[in-house]
Amino acid sequence: MKKITFTSVLSQLLLLFFVVAWIVPTFGLFISSLRDKDVLAISGWWTSFTTTEINEIYRTEGKDAQIKDGNYYFIKSNLFDGGQEKEIFRFGVTSKNIDEYEVGETALFKDQTEITVFENGDYVWKSKEEFKKKKGKRIFVSAKSPPSFTLDNYKEVLLKEGLGQAFLNTLAVALPATLIPLIICSYFAYALTWMKFYGRDILLATIIASLVVPLQMCLIPVLTIYNDFGALFGVSAKSFPGIWMAHTGFGLASTTFLLWNFLKTLPSEMIEAARVDGATHYDTFIKIVVPLSIPSFASIFILQFLWVWNDLLVGLVFLDKHPSEIILTAKLKELLGSRGENWEILTTGAFVSMTVPLFIFFSLQRYFIRGLVAGSIKG
Amino acid sequence: MSIFSLAITVLIGVLFFVAFFHFSNFLLDYFRVRASKKFALENSIRVIIFIAPAFIVLFVFILYPVFETIRLSFYDKIGENFVGLYNYSWAIKDPDFKRSIINNLGWLIVVPTMSTFFGLVIANLADRVWWGSIAKSIIFMPMAISFVGAGVIWKFMYDYRGPGDQQIGLLNAIAVALGFEPQAWLTIPIWNNLFLMAIMIWIQTGLALVIFSAALRSIPNETLDAARIDGASELKIFWSIIVPFLEQTILVIWTIITILVLKVFDIIYAMTNGQWQTEVLANLMYDWMFRGGGDSGRGSVLAFCILIGVTPILAWNLYRHKQDQKV
Repeated sequence: MKKITFTSVLSQLLLLFFVVAWIVPTFGLFISSLRDKDVLAISGWWTSFTTTEINEIYRTEGKDAQIKDGNYYFIKSNLFDGGQEKEIFRFGVTSKNIDEYEVGETALFKDQTEITVFENGDYVWKSKEEFKKKKGKRIFVSAKSPPSFTLDNYKEVLLKEGLGQAFLNTLAVALPATLIPLIICSYFAYALTWMKFYGRDILLATIIASLVVPLQMCLIPVLTIYNDFGALFGVSAKSFPGIWMAHTGFGLASTTFLLWNFLKTLPSEMIEAARVDGATHYDTFIKIVVPLSIPSFASIFILQFLWVWNDLLVGLVFLDKHPSEIILTAKLKELLGSRGENWEILTTGAFVSMTVPLFIFFSLQRYFIRGLVAGSIKG
Repeated sequence: MSIFSLAITVLIGVLFFVAFFHFSNFLLDYFRVRASKKFALENSIRVIIFIAPAFIVLFVFILYPVFETIRLSFYDKIGENFVGLYNYSWAIKDPDFKRSIINNLGWLIVVPTMSTFFGLVIANLADRVWWGSIAKSIIFMPMAISFVGAGVIWKFMYDYRGPGDQQIGLLNAIAVALGFEPQAWLTIPIWNNLFLMAIMIWIQTGLALVIFSAALRSIPNETLDAARIDGASELKIFWSIIVPFLEQTILVIWTIITILVLKVFDIIYAMTNGQWQTEVLANLMYDWMFRGGGDSGRGSVLAFCILIGVTPILAWNLYRHKQDQKV
């Protein structure tokens, strides 16, 4: 065991501070997505773990609910819609004094009618004369609300807000946009590593230069090509195959570079031996190189998949905003604009968009890190 | 579209490329048997099969567009009439452009510095405690999240309610608890840029962290132990041994984050869309791509500015690649 020193305690505390600062934003979002939307709008998510005291306003039922019993008219009902586990401890009948009465006491309205409110929200409203107003009266309650969580927001967001479809769209963009570059770049990287041809070094230098070319440099011309192509053949300029190829193009340099970096570490004797034995480059590639490259394929797959899944710009430019094409990030941005105050929709939507990346992150973190490190140390 | 038709489309798309390579190579092998002497020809055809798809994609999506964008920057909004330097002189006079340049410079200074610094510090701290790998995982996690998702997370953190109301944004709740007035953080010019940068730092620190962690392992333990025996403090070891040792790694991380920051778009677009003086080049460029039917000339000038920003890094990468090839 190491000695507990001042420095070690200090570094633990400092690290703990960083960890808390980094996790809290995401955690708050997650908790909020599980809260009831009315509560979410009026209290911070950090209050959701404890029984909190809340002040609320309810309205009693009107004259339609009255029954006559002896000389009195009664309205008996419950303030809550039911299913709520709140516990009232004080109540009031005027906005000036919202917690005038203890629960179970009888309060007097201005019109001399009497009301008694109980802990579970039941109330009895008693009057000598018949109730005449259609609308009931306002009751102010102070209640204790225990922690409660719900999946309602997820149901709403996935089914009503169209995030379920956007999720599928994103999947339909991301899988091919990851696999296609992986396929064509693996052949390309093989050729750059093991085949001899004129212009190979220039091609490699071009790849390295393309690594840092900003996406913005390519958008306008590629969009023009797509529009011309669409007009020429009478098809839509915005389509799934279109965005697959766009992502393939924009991810080509990095995918090729990472693969090339890996392939050149394979022992050249092995490749040459296969060639001497009469294997074609295709055989060598399929039977020797591909099986050896599976771990590096996995890393690159994850990097490209996450990049495509999380992309917004390419999706905005090359896909329609129509529900059948819109991707998650674009949908989320749209919700930020149109439902900016509906935090139950935003938090839940954001969390839905994060499920796949987080799943990949926690299950395949090793490959993810390996890819990032490989791309950086040598790049 | 239904799940089924989506799945079919995806499958066809992917299988098309698998089939291309398979059949073209199959055909080549088939004819090779017949004309086995033409070995050189076969080899060059094979090279073409291997590189053609990637090269065509590279040409159509990167090489041609780069030059086309530069050309378009000298043309009018529909790209038909030559206008010389008009778009450039427009940019210099445009207040949004000026604001973008200033903001991009701010991003370039703050984000790479802070991310690298935090990454380095956390990598060091995590190396010494038993729960270090859990800590690293947590701090690395934002790397997996989209910028828009991160935008929502932080917009929620920055949420503002009037002074009398219950604050539901954590930052304002803390501010109120400490006795300050709640603030609409994202609408305070100049400072709001820092709140947006915080999001990027929050994400990129994870990248710096994992790369530093990998690099830290390459520092020989003997050196560190020797320094400790000589009575050097941990802080002294950090600055005099670890930092110099990681110089190359720091530079690499710095350039990666710099490139990313120059292109920053999603965060601005989702959070403020350039309002309250938070405009940056990439967002302004996207704006001009579509504003008023789109202006390819102005959009191209703005894209070209971003390219100029990355050029030193591009040159440096090529230089290093050349050095590597010599060895």
